Amino acid sequence: MTVMDQRGAYRPSPPPAWQPRTDPAPLLPDPEPYRVLGTEAAGQADPELLRTLYAHLVRGRRYNTQATALTKQGRLAVYPSSTGQEACEVAAALALKEQDWLFPSYRDTLAVVARGVDPVQALTLLRGDWHTGYDPREHRVAPLCTPLATQLPHAVGLAHAARLKGDDVVALAMVGDGGTSEGDFHEALNFAAVWQAPVVFLVQNNGFAISVPLAKQTAAPSLAHKAVGYGMPGRLVDGNDAAAVHEVLTEAVRHARAGGGPTLVEAITYRVDAHTNADDATRYRENAEVETWREHDPILLLERELTARGLIDEDGMRAAREDAEAMAADLRARMHQDPVLDPMDLFDHVYAEPTPQLREERAQLRAELEAEAEAGPAPRPEGALR
Amino acid sequence: MSTVAVRPATMAQALTRALRDAMAADDSVHVLGEDVGALGGVFRVTDGLAEEFGEDRCTDTPLAEAGILGTAVGMAMYGLRPVVEMQFDAFAYPAFEQLVSHVSRMRNRTRGAMPLPLTVRVPYGGGIGGVEHHSDSSEAYYMATPGLHVVTPATVADAYGLLRAAIASDDPVVFLEPKRLYWSKDSWNPEDPAPVEPIGRAVVRRSGRSATLITYGPSVAVCMEAAEAARAEGWDLEVVDLRSLVPFDDETVCASVRRTGRAVVVHESGSFGGPGGEIAARVTERCFHHLEAPVLRVAGFDVPYPPPMLERHHLPGVDRILDAVGRLQWEAES
Ligand SMILES: Cc1ncc(C[n+]2csc(CCOP(=O)(O)OP(=O)(O)O)c2C)c(N)n1
Repeated sequence: MTVMDQRGAYRPSPPPAWQPRTDPAPLLPDPEPYRVLGTEAAGQADPELLRTLYAHLVRGRRYNTQATALTKQGRLAVYPSSTGQEACEVAAALALKEQDWLFPSYRDTLAVVARGVDPVQALTLLRGDWHTGYDPREHRVAPLCTPLATQLPHAVGLAHAARLKGDDVVALAMVGDGGTSEGDFHEALNFAAVWQAPVVFLVQNNGFAISVPLAKQTAAPSLAHKAVGYGMPGRLVDGNDAAAVHEVLTEAVRHARAGGGPTLVEAITYRVDAHTNADDATRYRENAEVETWREHDPILLLERELTARGLIDEDGMRAAREDAEAMAADLRARMHQDPVLDPMDLFDHVYAEPTPQLREERAQLRAELEAEAEAGPAPRPEGALR
Repeated sequence: MSTVAVRPATMAQALTRALRDAMAADDSVHVLGEDVGALGGVFRVTDGLAEEFGEDRCTDTPLAEAGILGTAVGMAMYGLRPVVEMQFDAFAYPAFEQLVSHVSRMRNRTRGAMPLPLTVRVPYGGGIGGVEHHSDSSEAYYMATPGLHVVTPATVADAYGLLRAAIASDDPVVFLEPKRLYWSKDSWNPEDPAPVEPIGRAVVRRSGRSATLITYGPSVAVCMEAAEAARAEGWDLEVVDLRSLVPFDDETVCASVRRTGRAVVVHESGSFGGPGGEIAARVTERCFHHLEAPVLRVAGFDVPYPPPMLERHHLPGVDRILDAVGRLQWEAES
């Protein structure tokens, strides 16, 4: 049934029993991103947590610079650096309990490593020896996801399934600002809210989707505002403030665990490096903008807090840097070894049981390789095309 | 003939030129997609278009493939000629619903009242060391959808000519751009590009008498190389570049096979349920009495596209093609 309003447009009249599920006000994000560092709230932060966050940030930064260097040496096909966004990565991983699941995008290698995945295995996708180098079940980390936002419904489904089974599991799904425009983002948030699934969505708003700035991506007041339309709380946080991100995410995870349903968290951060090493960022942004953000660097912010409160001294900072350096040296050494590849792997994991066609193709490749081995080393390098 | 400078140009440059010429010639041509503006597309194919024609004609869209193609449908319904860019083969999949449910059948379901003149540009195929989801050959899905034209260039000149033809077409065209050929150079005259050919004609790239290699897109160059190498074995191979998968040029293909009596279809996408099966069947149906051997296929394996370090084992290369050519002698041996 419709009624005519005064302007003559047709509007549906609400069904008699219709009630808004919730008052939207508590779902709305604060107008300003939540901050801890440099505010009074910092006084309440656990010093041990701050030091842990710091160690992870320094390691994360070093991981980013090392992986970027590996692309220059041809050891990685590509690396989407998260330099400047380390606070989001670290807080994401540390907000979870061991039994919880992480659903990362391609940029979230640091979060994956912080969950305990071997740093080398976390890079196989980008090195090119295998698509996913780790066992997702072992660490409860889904494969790094390249198609945008497609991991979000997976997170919802997994969290829902865990709850149906009575398991205490929360899923954290990470996505970029650009990814929020995809249809899968909408569908995932809607399912999560309708099912009250124990999921936390973390949007790392780093200002750009490759070259496209946020203003061309959305007309919403903030990405966190999108939560309201789905019926879940939206939270806005300073993504370079590790303590703030950790607090907001921990609260969202706790809320989900307690049966309160999903939360959408938008962390405002900045992509200091180019989209990947293959991108030319000078085509779409001014260097001055990047420099401004360097002053709001996540490591700098935390270092200032720790030093001001006497929670760390020169020795403490040096120890963090040395630990990061050791990690980088190990990563470098192991990445400089050529991965041992078996071309037969191509056929081994397509189906539980290979089809007759795959068996044929397998035999064909084996014969080719044997012929090649007999003819001596191939004149062309691995990866080159004929 | 005037003495026009023929100089090397890349396929990417020819595509850019085709877009620019089409936009200059017709106000209704609009380019839209992810990063097509300031960045000029991740492969720089739309380089300079936003600057020259403004952001209303070359538009950075929100990041949503279904939205990009879906809005292009509406634009075309209103008389524009949208050319959309899908950033990579596997990222066109969110737009599949629009492509299959609407783009391909709008003319049909409106009994011809509402044609959809739009072009979907999709960089496709492997061989560039891309990470997962950056190397798919998705042509079989498009070919299996009635109502779409499916074309793919193998040369710089064809990249220009076919893209102009695609944009001029009153039907939707899926324009597959072989990624690994973007930087390949040919002598081509950018000042006086070849006239636009209608879509649907294959071309004989190399004539020969012993057998026909039927191929398209990224595999054309590999087949040309194989044909050269085959001379040493006493084989004189003909290479047919299809250029258009839909419509399919039975005439050129069958004329070649009738001359040579033998054929191998070569492509990167998997062989099971792949384009080669359709092509082999058509050739067999039409040329059965001329065939000296079954039509063979050399294709990618039937596996999800492998990681870059293994892709050379997957992609059809010269050796695999020569091996198939060798097997074409079976009639003579038996
Ligand atoms: C479905 C899909 N479309 C396009 C792409 C190509 N692509 C890769 S990253 C990217 C930009 C993503 O930006 P954002 O979501 O903001 O994440 P960020 O890279 O900034 O972390 C695009 C367009 C993709 N991976 N998946």
